[in-house]
Amino acid sequence: MLSIDNLHAQVEGKGILKGINLDIKPGEVHAIMGPNGSGKSTLSTVIAGHEDYEVTKGSLLYQGADISDLSADERAHLGIFLSFQYPIEIPGVTVTNFIKTAINETRKGQGLEEMPANVMLKKIKEKAKLLSIDTQFLSRSLNEGFSGGEKKRNEIFQMAMLEPKLAILDETDSGLDIDAMRIVANGVNSLRNQNNAILVITHYQRLLDYIVPDFVHVLHEGKIVKSGGKELALELEEKGYDWIKQAI
Amino acid sequence: MDLQEKLVASYMAQTSATAEPSGLAKIRSAAIETFEQQGFPTKKMEEWKYTPLNKLVKTDYTVFPKKSKNLTLDEVQNYILHDVDTFKIVFVDGVYSSFLSETTHEGMDVCLLSAALSQAKYRKVIEKYFDTVADSEDSFTALNTAFGREGAFVHIPKKKRVEKPIQIIHFSTGVNQNLMLQPRNLIVVEAQSEVQIIERHQSLTDTPVLTNVVTEIFTHKGAQVDYYKIQNDHEEASLVDSTYIHQEKHSHAKVHTFSFGGQFIRNNLHFYHKDQAIQSTMKGITLVEGKQLVDHHTLVHHAHPNSESHQEYKGIYNGQSTGVFNGKIVVEQEAQKTNAFQQNNNILMSDKATINTKPQLEIFADDVRCSHGCTIGQLDETALFYLQTRGIPKKEARALLTYAFANNVLASVNIPAVKTRINALIAKKLGVNLGFNL
Repeated sequence: MLSIDNLHAQVEGKGILKGINLDIKPGEVHAIMGPNGSGKSTLSTVIAGHEDYEVTKGSLLYQGADISDLSADERAHLGIFLSFQYPIEIPGVTVTNFIKTAINETRKGQGLEEMPANVMLKKIKEKAKLLSIDTQFLSRSLNEGFSGGEKKRNEIFQMAMLEPKLAILDETDSGLDIDAMRIVANGVNSLRNQNNAILVITHYQRLLDYIVPDFVHVLHEGKIVKSGGKELALELEEKGYDWIKQAI
Repeated sequence: MDLQEKLVASYMAQTSATAEPSGLAKIRSAAIETFEQQGFPTKKMEEWKYTPLNKLVKTDYTVFPKKSKNLTLDEVQNYILHDVDTFKIVFVDGVYSSFLSETTHEGMDVCLLSAALSQAKYRKVIEKYFDTVADSEDSFTALNTAFGREGAFVHIPKKKRVEKPIQIIHFSTGVNQNLMLQPRNLIVVEAQSEVQIIERHQSLTDTPVLTNVVTEIFTHKGAQVDYYKIQNDHEEASLVDSTYIHQEKHSHAKVHTFSFGGQFIRNNLHFYHKDQAIQSTMKGITLVEGKQLVDHHTLVHHAHPNSESHQEYKGIYNGQSTGVFNGKIVVEQEAQKTNAFQQNNNILMSDKATINTKPQLEIFADDVRCSHGCTIGQLDETALFYLQTRGIPKKEARALLTYAFANNVLASVNIPAVKTRINALIAKKLGVNLGFNL
């Protein structure tokens, strides 16, 4: 699904990714862990297609095609989704209107008709329930005055509505208490299937107790320095990132 | 002969041709004298520092339309709100169109100023109100007072809630080259009454037109006026709009101004408080591009205690457009416990767009709350990226953020058909096909 080969990327002339190799197949869950400043968020931003991030070397293939020249919305139309670490507040646009616009613009981009209003409404209700979101919440301005937990639940709600093929969850656990994390993780797990893939980006291991990865990669100074199974996350938790740094 | 001389000469020709009651004739001759002495404002004047009139003043406008054209409903349907039942007072090239209008004299007067000026039964009302709140020292206003013979006349008696909004629409057809229109509206709302009014000046072609409109509004004790100005004219059209509002105790006057089209718009919006416990609200959305210029000059004159004013103007400037916002608030010594709020937020969408914004507070009372703020910024790039990752293309994402920025001004629009129309105009102006709704 996603095939990254020797990827180098820079922002404002500063090289951040320095040769990433990563291969994600449908049905898999990958976790990327690493200390602050290792390039985790940059990697997610580059995959999602921020125009300020420039790929300088290597390749970024999605479903076999090079997507490095596509805009973020074009990538979204192909099924790539990024859950933000810090979701943006947009006063004046309600959650419902935002998701309706997102769905219909995505469908337009995919050459499909708009989703009928009754189908949309039904789906909104169903997915809101999955994330324990009450209907009053849906008529509030997007992320404005939301608690950390509400923001993250709203991100996963959008993921549930858009049904991406590749979902990147950037530090989805940050700012969550244990109950909120459980709701968010249950939401994510219920969306997993054999046709989609999830890339979890996290600093801590605890989220991975709930969203269990097939593979764990450790990012350090813009490179993946170690890969393994889910036990690698536990090892990192125990020994800390210094262990990796020393090992290099 | 320059435009000023031409206008003065035209005035002489007009007065010799028409007879009016002596009181009115006196007002007009004083007004043309004021205009003759002052001439058009120049950039040397503080109030016109950022609003050059050179191009307008150099145009050879004519004040007397030579030709007329009958319009069919199809030609103008788009500019008239028709999904809601309304009274309509419609003018074509300055001349009343009975065909397009729907006026009334049942229990109130929704009709023509020319009728009110000429008929004896209205003389008392005219004497009491005409040119009494307008600023007679303002040269555009004086010019209108000298020439203005036609426009809307609305008189709502006491304790009447007018069920249907009133549309005042001035069309120009383009059959007259460089037409200068001088519409004059007089709105009198007696105690405890309520009315909603929508005003629009619309040219139907790209032929240049200059509209110099003056509106006087009287809101008596406990009266409520809800007024909407839709300014979305052709790119060769220019508008100088001076609106003067007289307010009495417990009255609430609300004016929304939507400025989207036209090459030049100057809005002078003045509220004068004549008693206590008054509310004045003014809100605006300006969304312009190209070389458009929109200037909002507001004035709230707080002269008595316990009153409130609330102003909120949002501006979005594309291309090489220019915006001016000057919000003047005067709080007289007597006007204790005044609560005055003023906010002007702007987004510059291009490097070549300009906004000049200035709060101007003159406070002589010591126990007041006056707050004001202005911001100038750009659309948030991170927010754009966020929307794009949700599948919303950049153009639509910009439009959505722009709409969100202006949205809370729309929230206070009380006529759903107007709200729908403004939403559609914003989407059209931004070049997107997004069904904005609240």
